[in-house]
Amino acid sequence: MLQRFVGLAAAGLASASVATCAFAQETERKGIPAPPGHVFKTIISGYEFRSKETRALQDDDLENPGFLAVERAADVWKKVEGTEGKSCMSCHGQAETSMKGVGAAMPKWDDKLKKPVNLEQRINICRTDHMKAEPWKFKSQELTDMTAFVRYQSHGMPVTVKSDGPMSPWFERGKAIYYTRFGQLDLACESCHERNNGKFMRADFLSQGQTNGFPTYRLRDQRLVPLHERFEGCMFDVRAEPFKPLSDEFLALELYVAWRGIGLPVETPAVRN
Amino acid sequence: MADKPRIKLPKEAAKGEVIQIKTLVSHVMESGQRKDAQGKAIPRKIINKFACEFNGKPVFSCALEPAISANPYVQFSAKVDEAGTFKFSWTDDDGTVITAEEKIALKA
Repeated sequence: MLQRFVGLAAAGLASASVATCAFAQETERKGIPAPPGHVFKTIISGYEFRSKETRALQDDDLENPGFLAVERAADVWKKVEGTEGKSCMSCHGQAETSMKGVGAAMPKWDDKLKKPVNLEQRINICRTDHMKAEPWKFKSQELTDMTAFVRYQSHGMPVTVKSDGPMSPWFERGKAIYYTRFGQLDLACESCHERNNGKFMRADFLSQGQTNGFPTYRLRDQRLVPLHERFEGCMFDVRAEPFKPLSDEFLALELYVAWRGIGLPVETPAVRN
Repeated sequence: MADKPRIKLPKEAAKGEVIQIKTLVSHVMESGQRKDAQGKAIPRKIINKFACEFNGKPVFSCALEPAISANPYVQFSAKVDEAGTFKFSWTDDDGTVITAEEKIALKA
């Protein structure tokens, strides 16, 4: 009898501690209130889902390995390339002032192309049209570095994408992709990042799948990873055939997912698992 | 060209003060254990030695091993008795050495 009582008490204790644990994690994750009509009540950055060691690495500007890329690109910004004899600086001057807020508002509508373009595409448009230089390949270190550098100029500013006007069909398309199940595992983005965020998937927390920290230094890859490569990774993981990076599908998804994190501060270069 | 290493230490210190030095260098730290898409081993390329000296005297040095991840970060402390220059060096497997210097002054 006594033994049974002890066992029960221990079980009671254990469940109590599990409950407080879960509660503690819940309260730990600070987010921002979502605007009316949003899918989430609270929008939470992926930062809040990571361990305190990873967060410390991101917070320290010296330790954060993403800054190696930012510094590399700061030099490339001044470098003259292409037949026009121009560098980024020739037109845009100091990136600290001219690029402020640019990265926070991407993807943006392009009147000439009649479609939204993201930061990587915008940089390459500049290179081919204005500098008459070779565009950088997607996933190349140069393009990812420059994307991180430009986006870093919006560090701490809220994500503000426009989803109305000509962008609205793209927004709807992105939303449709977000809620479509893909691959042999038959999972949609929504299955993990909306319905189950904050829970464990194997040994790791599922986040809300926010994009405010991209390009992100992934400890797994030991380098900066651009957003569309991460999208590809997610689709590969659910055993689907991924869309191509910089395709219309991923662009629509980028727009929609950026809207899901509207108001979150830009964290580029963030550090994630 | 290798990137400039990132180094953080105070601009000045009191005599006898123990200061923190943080360094971060950009490097692939290829372990030699991985294979490329064709199945051929990717040759090892790591920084195998890090050293720091102050006014010509060694302060700190360490051997780095293949299991250390890319962009190695090293943090250590040093006692400052005089004004001078910290010299840092990272030695690559291929023999190239990345160097950097940082000056420190004594607090009046």
